[in-house]
Amino acid sequence: MEMISIWIAAILTLGIFSFLYKDNPLYKACEALFVGVSAAYWAIVFYFDNIYKKFYEGAVTADEPDYFLWIGAILGLLFLTRLIPKIGWVSRWPMALIVGATAGLWMVGYFVSNAMNQIGSTISGIIVYDTATGFVAWGETFGSLVILVGVLSGLVYFFFSKEHKGVFGATAKVGTWFLMVTFGASFGYTVMSRMSLLIGRVDFLLGDWLGILR
Amino acid sequence: MRLSSPNLTHNCLRIALFTLSLLLISLNAPLAQDAETAPDTAVVNTEPAADAAILAPLPAANVIAKDLPNDKGGAVLVSWELSPDDDGNGKVSGYLVQRSESKDGPFETAGNAVRGATKFTDNKTDDDKVYFYKVAAYFEYLDAADEKIRITSAATVTGPVQSSAQWFNMNRLYVLLFMLFVAGAIIFYIEKAKKGEEIYIRKIAGIDAVDEAVGRATEMGKKIFYIPGIQDMNDVQTIASIAILGRVAQMAAEYDTWLEVPVSKSMVLVTAREAMKEAYTKVGRPDALQDAQVHYLTDDQFGYAAAIDGMIVREKPATIFYMGAFFAESLILAETGNSVGAIQIAGTAMPAQLPFFVAACDYTLIGEELFAASAYLSREPRQLGSLKGQDMGKGLFILCIIVGVILATFDIWDMSVIFVSR
Repeated sequence: MEMISIWIAAILTLGIFSFLYKDNPLYKACEALFVGVSAAYWAIVFYFDNIYKKFYEGAVTADEPDYFLWIGAILGLLFLTRLIPKIGWVSRWPMALIVGATAGLWMVGYFVSNAMNQIGSTISGIIVYDTATGFVAWGETFGSLVILVGVLSGLVYFFFSKEHKGVFGATAKVGTWFLMVTFGASFGYTVMSRMSLLIGRVDFLLGDWLGILR
Repeated sequence: MRLSSPNLTHNCLRIALFTLSLLLISLNAPLAQDAETAPDTAVVNTEPAADAAILAPLPAANVIAKDLPNDKGGAVLVSWELSPDDDGNGKVSGYLVQRSESKDGPFETAGNAVRGATKFTDNKTDDDKVYFYKVAAYFEYLDAADEKIRITSAATVTGPVQSSAQWFNMNRLYVLLFMLFVAGAIIFYIEKAKKGEEIYIRKIAGIDAVDEAVGRATEMGKKIFYIPGIQDMNDVQTIASIAILGRVAQMAAEYDTWLEVPVSKSMVLVTAREAMKEAYTKVGRPDALQDAQVHYLTDDQFGYAAAIDGMIVREKPATIFYMGAFFAESLILAETGNSVGAIQIAGTAMPAQLPFFVAACDYTLIGEELFAASAYLSREPRQLGSLKGQDMGKGLFILCIIVGVILATFDIWDMSVIFVSR
């Protein structure tokens, strides 16, 4: 049985890899299988996690039912009114609630994590002293200067209501350079982690399937 | 620091006894029992109490228990002064915090704190109950049978204390003030824009290219794909993406170009259809919209990517938009789109995915540009005023950073404390 599983997995892996050459019937079959199986899988997961475990066991069969869950259930049902054209507009209510609640809930969270905490972390003395010797630690001082210039020029780049020209434009340009250097470093780092995924699949093909690697 | 002679004698005696006891333990020598010499001493794996007499550290002093401030209730903050033995010489392994609903006990363990710690938060209190606490320093060692022996110091009871919730988290007062400033600036500029004052918005290349990209698809008679990311409607990037979709759909409807939106979440499907419907209605072509233009594929990240890759190579769209939250599928999608020669415009606030879009797409909206795109495309006074107001917020932050860094450099005041949220 395990051998059959390995063969199926190997054929499907090769089928997906075949896309690197060009679109072909094997890839189409693998793609259709992947999409179909995953869509069905998630439908079942959502049903059991949300409708059965959360709602049914929480609001219907529980010893102390959580009646708030009914609000979610009713809002969920309102979505289905789209199937009846005459009252389809009702489905906008739960949608509006979700979009509004999302914006409201994230507003404070984003403001704190993406603005306040970032600024708090940026504010520190530029000149850093070596605690052991008491002299200026030039490396750390340079580091703090880079962070300060990077944050300020990055913020200037994201100014939309002022034309980027003169000193302001030059500062924004420095911000662009900081962004690009950051992207380059991030690109290299992420590519390396993707390589490990590829190595994992090749290891499966050559090891588990073909048995060449032990 | 000079030690007075009685203290010196006392410390020498303690160190001698401590060393002797360790020697005895290592030799596996039996120790005499003397329970009376260890008042209020708890021993884990009850061992001869003489151990306690020899090894029990001096107790923590000045134990205070009070309601944890600025919280939603259910927590008590217990603080103390270090045991005199907690001086880094290994005579204290940690602190045992115990609580009881009665002053006379019985006490249960609320938690442990590491040596050197002077406070502990008990997060499991009931706001309707009153508690008493005691804190004991303890020393732990392994006996000859490798069993952990814990010997605790004496401890005095403190209390009563009751946890409660606070209406306001005063630690976040500055968050409120800054938010009020930004919100005030936004409202101010929205009002100005409404009164007809022109608000300048700089050119954003990626957004300017939207017109060109839709026009190109029209000229070539090919489709436009709009990929709204793989997150649900509870992600602000998806919300921003749907707002941009509305503008793109309006152009596509005007040019009579097929705009296709494959989605991976059912909620996004519903919202995208609504946005498309509104856009097509706005340009007077509601009948041109077909349900098939917005369709669901799968919730699975790579299943979604595989399906879109297939669609791209088979239908060869002229233009592809990637707007929203993307993860590892970003490069898979953008590289495939690039291979068929589509003009690609991406926008995301996912820092790890931006490099891939920058590398593989013609234009990329970086971070906040994604959120500004909707205002930029619509040119609605309300949205433009909002952008200007946000810029004022950024200006305030730049000012705070410069002032804060100067103050910190000259060691005048650490301004970062008002920004770091607790």
